Amino acid sequence: MTALDEIKIGGLGASRRRVEDNRFIRGKGTYIDDIVLPGMLHMEILRSPVAHARIRSIDTSKAWEIPGVRLVLTGDMMATRNLAWMPTLSYDTQAVLATDKVRFQGQEVACVIADDPYIAKDACEAIVVDYEPLPAIVNPTQAMAPDAPLIRDDKENQADNIAFHWQVGDKEGTDRAFAEADVISKISLHYPRSHPSPIECCGSIADFDRATGKLTVYLTTQAPHIVRAAVAMVAELPEHMIRIVSPDIGGGFGNKVPVYPGYVMSILASILLERPVKWIEDRTGNLISTGFGRDVYLDGELALRRDGRILAVRMHTTSDHGAFFGDAQPSKFKIGLMHSAFSCYDIPYAYLSATGVYTNKAPGGVAYRCSFRVTEAMFFQERMIEAAASDLGMDPAELRRINLVRDDDFPHRTAWGFLTDSGQYGRCLDVALEAIGYEEFRRQQAQAREAGRLLGIGISTMTEPLGAGNSREYDILGIKMFDSAELRVHLTGRAILRTGARTQGQGHETTWAQIVAHELGIPADDVLVEEGDTDTAPFGMGTYASRSTPVAGAAVAMAARKVRAKARKLAAHLLEVSEEDVEWELGRFHVRGAPDRGVTIQECAMAAYANMPDGLEPGLEASAYYDPPNLTWPFACYVVTVEVDPETGVWDVLNVVAVDDCGVRINPMVVEGQIMGGLTEAYAMASMQFITFDAEGNCIGSNFMDYLLPTAWETPGFELHEVVTPCPHHPIGAKGVGECATVGGPAAFVNAVLDALKPFGVRNIDMPLLPDRVHEAISRRRDVSGAPPVRTD
Amino acid sequence: MYPSRFRYEAPRSLDDAIALLQAGQGEAKVLAGGQSLVPLLKLRFAAPELLVDINNLPGLDYHRVDPDGTIRIGALCRHATLERSPLLVERQPTMAAAAPLVADPLVRNRGTLVGSLCHADPQGDWAAVVTALGGRVVAAGPRGRREIPIGEFVTGPFENALRYDEIAVEAVIPASKGQPAGGYLKLERRVGDFATAAAAVALELSGDVVTRAGIALCGVGPSTIDATDAGRALTGRTLTAAAIEEAADLAAAAAQPRTDHRGSAAYKRQVVRTFVTRILRNVVSTAERAA
Ligand SMILES: Cc1cc2nc3c(=O)[nH]c(=O)nc-3n(C[C@H](O)[C@H](O)[C@H](O)COP(=O)(O)OP(=O)(O)OC[C@H]3O[C@@H](n4cnc5c(N)ncnc54)[C@H](O)[C@@H]3O)c2cc1C
Repeated sequence: MTALDEIKIGGLGASRRRVEDNRFIRGKGTYIDDIVLPGMLHMEILRSPVAHARIRSIDTSKAWEIPGVRLVLTGDMMATRNLAWMPTLSYDTQAVLATDKVRFQGQEVACVIADDPYIAKDACEAIVVDYEPLPAIVNPTQAMAPDAPLIRDDKENQADNIAFHWQVGDKEGTDRAFAEADVISKISLHYPRSHPSPIECCGSIADFDRATGKLTVYLTTQAPHIVRAAVAMVAELPEHMIRIVSPDIGGGFGNKVPVYPGYVMSILASILLERPVKWIEDRTGNLISTGFGRDVYLDGELALRRDGRILAVRMHTTSDHGAFFGDAQPSKFKIGLMHSAFSCYDIPYAYLSATGVYTNKAPGGVAYRCSFRVTEAMFFQERMIEAAASDLGMDPAELRRINLVRDDDFPHRTAWGFLTDSGQYGRCLDVALEAIGYEEFRRQQAQAREAGRLLGIGISTMTEPLGAGNSREYDILGIKMFDSAELRVHLTGRAILRTGARTQGQGHETTWAQIVAHELGIPADDVLVEEGDTDTAPFGMGTYASRSTPVAGAAVAMAARKVRAKARKLAAHLLEVSEEDVEWELGRFHVRGAPDRGVTIQECAMAAYANMPDGLEPGLEASAYYDPPNLTWPFACYVVTVEVDPETGVWDVLNVVAVDDCGVRINPMVVEGQIMGGLTEAYAMASMQFITFDAEGNCIGSNFMDYLLPTAWETPGFELHEVVTPCPHHPIGAKGVGECATVGGPAAFVNAVLDALKPFGVRNIDMPLLPDRVHEAISRRRDVSGAPPVRTD
Repeated sequence: MYPSRFRYEAPRSLDDAIALLQAGQGEAKVLAGGQSLVPLLKLRFAAPELLVDINNLPGLDYHRVDPDGTIRIGALCRHATLERSPLLVERQPTMAAAAPLVADPLVRNRGTLVGSLCHADPQGDWAAVVTALGGRVVAAGPRGRREIPIGEFVTGPFENALRYDEIAVEAVIPASKGQPAGGYLKLERRVGDFATAAAAVALELSGDVVTRAGIALCGVGPSTIDATDAGRALTGRTLTAAAIEEAADLAAAAAQPRTDHRGSAAYKRQVVRTFVTRILRNVVSTAERAA
């Protein structure tokens, strides 16, 4: 009997091809728009063309006259059912359809349900809305001006445009450390508003069946169970009669976490019309109205000793949340996990204060491919470190090395109270510098400068908190952030696995099966993974914040272990020995001391249905709800080299080296795919992406000609390396990786360009580093800060 | 994509197509590659009553050289064909340099050069190239054919000189009397982006003397810009550093850029200056290498 080869059965560490790709690359996926139900109607939304205006009247009479129109909904009609407003995930309210005012361009004003989408669109154009224009507020400075018009006049006790003030950390300790500092390094930064832009926009098909009382909603969501809870609570429908199905998702990136007005309207329309109602958002609708990312300003300060030791950090953030505070994040953290900044450095004191404001821009503040503002946190951190190195006249790699938490310092409590538990930070930095040829590049850079050429190298090192949460600290509207898995082994030893997460490109159908293969020795190909249907999947909080592997993935391992425990009883029965005399090897139990006498996991499965011992419950299945003891903390070091064209400000990426320590890698190929995708988004943010607004609040960036997604043509190549420090508390030692590169990547690109510009005394250019901004910095020898101008002539 | 309702016809002869346009009384639109028109339909910025799809018209997908050196590009010749054309590499360096920089590979598979000229986008690449080359457009209508010089064909942003019942059937690039030289440089934020600024330079050389020079710009004005002064400054001269600098400065002066989210006006002017300089320097170094 030779032992099973774990790689061969697609277990842990196998670069198994993604099973879901089989249908995706054949065009056989089932996305929301592929679903067609009998008698289905179509919904289109009329959006506000202006950013801020009082609604004097809405005349829908012409729309009703168009043949094929079945229903026209306005805010007043929603209000009669108490559905004109809905709660957000951050304890605010958000308009479903505007009643009193519109508060951002693209806000939902009315909707039409008709026999086909063309008719619905024609009817939307026939609706006449009389707007009384109000001044638009498009940035925090305007929002906080003393005479600023009040955006949220719908809220009681809201006298200004401040959404919140929040603070965390040791203020006095930090002040003291600053008083003792040799050098104080200050920098102000802006992380521009960006958009997750999944290729598939949002959409829903609501199907209310009066006969059964059941409401089925197909919906583009990363978190189907949260939606079910929200629908049950907001629409006051019985939870057991609501079925949310999240079909194949064409990318989420945080954009598909919130509950959008379109979903709610389609549900109400289906209930009123008793027919299925489909809503498919168009690209502009997605870009101008759904959850954006970032839009945060920073005033940051580091207190330093002359030798480079960081004594304290002080940050103040001002975040622009748009018209409604709808951030999707653990409820008690107002600015997400911004205070996870500097977690990879050993810093005694830290203090963060945060102000959030309302503006006449779309709401959202979603965790665009990160754990709740962690992208901003790590970008600010690495830009502050870079500025400090420059202020101290120190090598930026050296400054990092001096301050990184050392391997023997774990577990490490950060100044803001997080507990990091493992890592080899210095080693990752070494691997990265070695791979890029740091010393040699510095030599080349000096030579190139002599010849008038501008080369630059930028580093970003960071650890980020993943896997929210643990239930003590992390909840969304009171629901604790655990996750779940349910494993059912059939009699032939094949299995079905369901979890409370929802894959949208991460590859769960492939990797969850690998965890089962690792725990039970059942070949991964024999495990079907199913997610997204609340009628069948166990309750879970969904997929975002890199939490699938840390939480749901752990639940998969725990469920599999429960199955193994029961299989052991069956094995003992089959082998006619006591349970204590049974030993486990991958895929097989054998009698202790007699390895030849054994039964496979498949034989145990058959026995569970065909030959169970007296008194043992038939069947072989288990479920597990996993509440992680802590967050997981992957570490990454990204190094980028660039050459800047001094005459045009265009910069080309020469090399990108990524060293990721995400703990144990379930499927190295999938991990690499995640890192490359993340680096691509990092490059996009650094080089070309932003959503800005003109003075009237018109969104500049409402289509893919203005909001730029990089293509394979300009995206640089990436060189990937790994360091593996297993997570001490995760059942299989994994830490999660889906977002590391998006989070840590941008600063490496920006630092590289600024390094190239050192001879010009330039300390900062805010993202995106468009060629004209780089050129301005070079030609004027000055920083270029703030959001890019929209129109100045 | 839910455009307004329209009728759709796909005639099989040029005469039928013209007849349909005539019957359309200005409410009809020609559909060629669809890469500019379809986005407009999608956004309902255009809502024609009738679309006359010319893709079934026979014999319009050519590009060829007459014995006298005149280059002719048919109305259904796609950007991608021009991108892969050995003929252009051999005979027309400015066009050969521009072809791979128009839009992205997907758009290039469908879009046409003639359609691009008709669309008259101030940021359109081909209009600048054809302007620099002093080209013409051949229009066919109920009253026969006429040739329209590019400078008169493009009448303003998104406006051309065609009557509603005319179809542009061909673009014509006059034969080069000397050795053709030149190039095209475009600043784009990413592949598939329209030009932040771009410069087309088309020269005819006799030995090292410039006998004709056309310089045109896109992205830096309300319409394609013919930098005639810049061209004139080179004519009859050799490409000395001083001549290059003068032409580049005049081209930058001819630009009428606006500050927007792609960059400041001053920056765009600087890019024009740099691009014209680089193209001309490259002509010099290519000639030196050849010698
Ligand atoms: C994503 C994207 C990126 C792009 N980027 C660029 C770019 O970087 N640079 C650039 O120059 N262009 C760009 N374009 C536009 C592209 O080059 C188009 O192909 C071109 O502008 C129009 O050619 P077409 O054949 O597609 O014309 P269509 O879209 O079919 O027509 C355009 C207009 O011209 C009229 N028309 C077309 N052909 C004729 C004819 N033979 N006679 C009379 N009227 C006619 C039509 O009625 C219509 O009004 C881009 C397009 C897209 C979708």
